[in-house]
Amino acid sequence: MYFQLAWRNIWRNSRRTIVIITAVAIGVWSMVFLSAFSRGMLNSMLENGKSVLVGDIQIHHKNYREDPSIDKSMERPDVIRVVLENSLPQDALWAERIKVSAFVSNARHSSGVTLVGIDPKQEERISFVGRSIIKGTFLEESDKRGVLVGKALLDKFDTKIGKKLILMTRDKNGKVVSKAFRIRGIYRAEMESTEKSYLFITMSGARNLLNMQTGISEISIVLPDEEMVDAFGEMLQEKLDTRLYSVETWKDLLPMLEAYLGMFNSFMYIWYVVVFIAMGFGIVNTSLMAVFERVREFGLLRALGMKPWWVIRSVLTESIFILMVGILTGNALGMISVFLMKENGINLAMFGKGAEFFGMSRIIYPVLTLNDVMSVNYVIFFLGVFVSFYPAIRAAQITPVEAMRE
Amino acid sequence: MNNHTGNYIVTAENIKKSYFQGKMQVFALRGMSVSVGQGEFMALAGPSGSGKTTMLNIVGGIDNPDSGDIIVDGNNYSDMKQSQLADLRLNKIGFVFQAYNLIPVLSAEENVEYIMLLQGVAAIERRKKARAILDDVGLEGNYNRRPSELSGGQQQRVAVARAIVSNPAIVLADEPTANLDSKTGESLLNMMRTMNKEKKVTFIFSTHDNMVMDYAKRIVKLKDGRIEDDIIKER
Repeated sequence: MYFQLAWRNIWRNSRRTIVIITAVAIGVWSMVFLSAFSRGMLNSMLENGKSVLVGDIQIHHKNYREDPSIDKSMERPDVIRVVLENSLPQDALWAERIKVSAFVSNARHSSGVTLVGIDPKQEERISFVGRSIIKGTFLEESDKRGVLVGKALLDKFDTKIGKKLILMTRDKNGKVVSKAFRIRGIYRAEMESTEKSYLFITMSGARNLLNMQTGISEISIVLPDEEMVDAFGEMLQEKLDTRLYSVETWKDLLPMLEAYLGMFNSFMYIWYVVVFIAMGFGIVNTSLMAVFERVREFGLLRALGMKPWWVIRSVLTESIFILMVGILTGNALGMISVFLMKENGINLAMFGKGAEFFGMSRIIYPVLTLNDVMSVNYVIFFLGVFVSFYPAIRAAQITPVEAMRE
Repeated sequence: MNNHTGNYIVTAENIKKSYFQGKMQVFALRGMSVSVGQGEFMALAGPSGSGKTTMLNIVGGIDNPDSGDIIVDGNNYSDMKQSQLADLRLNKIGFVFQAYNLIPVLSAEENVEYIMLLQGVAAIERRKKARAILDDVGLEGNYNRRPSELSGGQQQRVAVARAIVSNPAIVLADEPTANLDSKTGESLLNMMRTMNKEKKVTFIFSTHDNMVMDYAKRIVKLKDGRIEDDIIKER
């Protein structure tokens, strides 16, 4: 009966209750949807950041990051392979690469790029390049003269599949070398800058160009679960000779992205609080109006022997009902919106350049996590109950005598 | 002090109470002493402003006197905290107010039950008692009606049922018939007298209506915050 009374009380002025429930529902809806949209954006930034040849963990020569040149290659990848095979989970993937700065030119244009020698079979499973060929073919292991070019670079160089590009770089002996490579395929990346920056050739083609026998520049590892990254990073660092190798996770390799993700989470909480403050005024105002309309009734209840705390409890129960109906409605609307957007995503093509600047995809697919939904619900519910104490305490302060004078 | 039955349920001694109306101090009670015995059916009578309601509020523990002692069922209010007074009101005192004062969103039965809910009575017993007392006050078949669906007289009967359902030591009724027509008022008073006779419920009610005074077994007449007369009669 206690709950029945509270439930009936909130519907005494149904229009007012519907208005405040609508306000709570819209607030929760916007928060749920925005958090799903933001989570989708963050995930796309993270995926884009990691898929552009970063992966979850990378192993380099210990000085490679200060001087990413051919001189800082890892000469005994076989030793590392053994450690990886013995340490990583079975479904972990990795790829070896040779990475050098190079100069690419044709008859019309020239540009500085990063030249990446890859093992096509390894690479196509872990980075974007294997899945992004839009024209031509992916590289074959034995192809020593084939090159994969990004669409943007191809357009800039005004060239096409089958044409040659001249690649110039410094070889293992410090000599400037150049060779002609034929365009085998065109890839498309999420970001235009990636298409302009990276050229892919086979590992054998790279060794041939750079006069290298065994060395590699990096090993990129992709783990089956993001949660494993820190633990395996530390484990590999322990197992590999730290005098020769350094092991870094994506958080070390993309510190800006890591910081940005942290900042984004903080912004989300600030947004939650801003929405709540607007909503909180509505909740307090509605509850206060409901209290002042029932001064005689609270006075009567106090006269009958109701203690102040019981009055507080009954007003809080009414607020909790309003909050719960609003929160449930808001969650349902939020989830329906996310579900409807999940298939086709939200196209940010009109902000293409701006979105790319932040490392986002052109299409954002909202991602709803239990954690985000619970955060929204906790913030609204607990702050809602907290602000409801004010009208509840005001109700408890009503004395029977002053109520009877009303 | 008067001693009519020898077994007092209320003892008030030299009660004084004043309050301010704007800047003017109004003396509502100027040293009032009265004792009420168990099973009495007593009217506090007097014109408007004579101190009837103030006295009832003080006896009910919802207002404090400026000075004087009030003892109800052996409890001296001056020794009690607010929470103890609330417990006393809940368990020992029944109230009937002038303007019905039912909870509008609860049915007749739920209004009566609510007081027992606060007392911690189990749901089944609450329902049983509420229905029995509603039957006693002549509201059988109206259990599920809300106050808005009941007449003024029926609402006051619910208020009386709520006041007596937990067998309080005393029921205080502030002008219970003031908003009722004379026929309905009489019917209510007859019902209250029956409760007084059959269940030995002690009633103190305020009134300025002669018809209501006719029903009282004792009339304490107030004037300007003092007892003008104390008449004992039997009807």
